[in-house]
Amino acid sequence: MGNKQKYLTYPYIVWMFIFILLPVALVFLYSITEKESNTIKTISFTLENYRLFFDPLYIGVILRSLYLALISTLFCLILGYPVAYFISKASPSYRNTILMLFILPMWMNMLLRTYAWMTILGNNGLINTFISWMGLPKLNLLYNNAAIIIGMVYNFLPFMVLPIYTSLSKMDKRIIEASYDLGADSKTTFRKVILPLSMPGVISGIIMVFMPAVSSFVIPRLLGGNKQAYIGTLIEKLFLVTGNWNFGSAIAIIMMLIILVSMSVMNKFDIDKEGSANLW
Amino acid sequence: MGNKIIELNNISKDYNVRVLDRISLFVKENEFLTLLGPSGCGKTTTLRIIGGFEYPTEGEILFEGKNINHVPPHKRQINTVFQKYALFPHLNVFENIAFGLRIKKIKEQAIKENVKSMLKLVGLSGFENRNIESLSGGQQQRIAIARALVNKPKVLLLDEPLGALDLKLRKEMQIELKNMQREVGITFVYVTHDQEEALTMSDTVAVMHNGEIQQIGSPVDIYNEPENAFVADFIGESNIIEGIMHDDYIVSFLSKTFKCVDYGFSRNESVHVVLRPEDIVIVEEEAGHLNGIVTSSIFKGVHYEMLIQTEDFEMMVQSTYKSEVGKRVGLSFGPEDIHIMSKEG
Ligand SMILES: Nc1ncnc2c1ncn2[C@@H]1O[C@H](COP(=O)(O)OP(=O)(O)OP(=O)(O)O)[C@@H](O)[C@H]1O
Ligand SMILES: [Mg+2]
Repeated sequence: MGNKQKYLTYPYIVWMFIFILLPVALVFLYSITEKESNTIKTISFTLENYRLFFDPLYIGVILRSLYLALISTLFCLILGYPVAYFISKASPSYRNTILMLFILPMWMNMLLRTYAWMTILGNNGLINTFISWMGLPKLNLLYNNAAIIIGMVYNFLPFMVLPIYTSLSKMDKRIIEASYDLGADSKTTFRKVILPLSMPGVISGIIMVFMPAVSSFVIPRLLGGNKQAYIGTLIEKLFLVTGNWNFGSAIAIIMMLIILVSMSVMNKFDIDKEGSANLW
Repeated sequence: MGNKIIELNNISKDYNVRVLDRISLFVKENEFLTLLGPSGCGKTTTLRIIGGFEYPTEGEILFEGKNINHVPPHKRQINTVFQKYALFPHLNVFENIAFGLRIKKIKEQAIKENVKSMLKLVGLSGFENRNIESLSGGQQQRIAIARALVNKPKVLLLDEPLGALDLKLRKEMQIELKNMQREVGITFVYVTHDQEEALTMSDTVAVMHNGEIQQIGSPVDIYNEPENAFVADFIGESNIIEGIMHDDYIVSFLSKTFKCVDYGFSRNESVHVVLRPEDIVIVEEEAGHLNGIVTSSIFKGVHYEMLIQTEDFEMMVQSTYKSEVGKRVGLSFGPEDIHIMSKEG
């Protein structure tokens, strides 16, 4: 890279510093200082915030959040892959319309979309009204893990569908034809050619769903009620209710690390292929 | 060469427009048939219909006498070398070639041996573990040939399989392919727009233009007896002159009347006359049938290619002797050098 081109990247570096690095650094600073020392004069460092976290109570919170995010991601994948597949197979004249229908709800505020589910699942909601009209006892559909998972799957499904759809639709048709040509039926072709070639889309779909699912606080709060804490709601509470920014920051940092680790594990599948290409 | 293995009967294909118009041809067992024609004339479409990737709008396609119009590609005993290779990017060279064998559940040991001998055949031994994206275009093309050929199909379809190779490798692969075809006894349907390749490799050539077959025949027939101006022009650089067939064996062009060997035209039918550049002999002025001035002379390696301006036609002549530009010369040719083609069809 020439020197001139190097200068061109400076604004970007400044941007990165102000809007990405600086906030993270501040959060990190909060996480390693004592609560009572939040001014420069009296600053004193501690690891207490992190130690505090390794309490079965909080470990439980994080495991619960990870579990819900994993299940939601899994459902998104199971639902999203076939959807993406059929959209990519649809005739080009319908394709954009179907895709549009999928993206449309994303333009609505997530809070609203989640409230909508409350009115569907709630005690006097759509489903229960129908059930009692049938003369059956009402069900407790809201304020449990299932409701949270439904909310997450509904909200994040497009993030799974889109990358998979993209990788499927830009796949070279001739390669699929080559597989048929060599004697593979459509099942074998899917297993040996289409699925492996769509893996980059699957992986970015998983990352795009898993990340917001772990940290989401709107969905667990609205659909899960206040019964159990999740990592997102916990941080929110520490910042806005309890006012313990230091402990909240420590949890935020830990969550970042968890996401970072799981992302790089996921990415490894992708990089492996590219990496071996570079080897030669 | 034995029975007809593939037969196309009045195959037409419409997209928004008609791209194939009532194509009829047959391929015999062990035959090397080439579809020759300019870009966009429908060669790939014809091949895709034989391979099963495209259904004909009209007409029927027979394989060993049975209609296969609706047999899907994976059930046809036909393999294809695609124009753009279409190798599997997620598999290495070995797995690409082994793909068809694995589908057939061949034993691992046999797969290894087959792949190895195929790689040797295409001159890429030791490339087993290479990643597809790391190969050059010509190497990918050869892997594509190996991937199809390893299955020993009854019919192999090849869509410009040597397009990405340089001249030397191209010649080598032409000979190699031809040998393989003879030895393994596979029927080849080969697509190219290179007339030299078509003429040197094929048993039969089908010349296509605008979705129609212009002429089918042996390379010698096509070269010597082109049925129309398009074929003559496409097959080799030729002089094509407007003429009138006065009677059997008598034709006039360039304001003169000549004896020829063609007959069966209607009286005074207007025709195309083909004179091949290598059939014309340069003689002293007034000693030949036509007179003209040499306007250009280019050395082409073995022969000189000269343009000679006669009264109303610029004639291309090839000769091993050079004539100076500006010199007045005579042109001579015999009755058997005059090829007459009807204007329609
Ligand atoms: N799927 C399609 N939809 C519409 N038109 C098509 C389609 N496939 C091919 N055609 C048209 O059919 C004609 C023949 O195409 P084809 O690919 O058979 O040509 P070709 O002889 O193989 O040319 P080339 O030598 O450039 O490969 C072209 O005019 C092309 O634009
Ligand atoms: Mg083509």
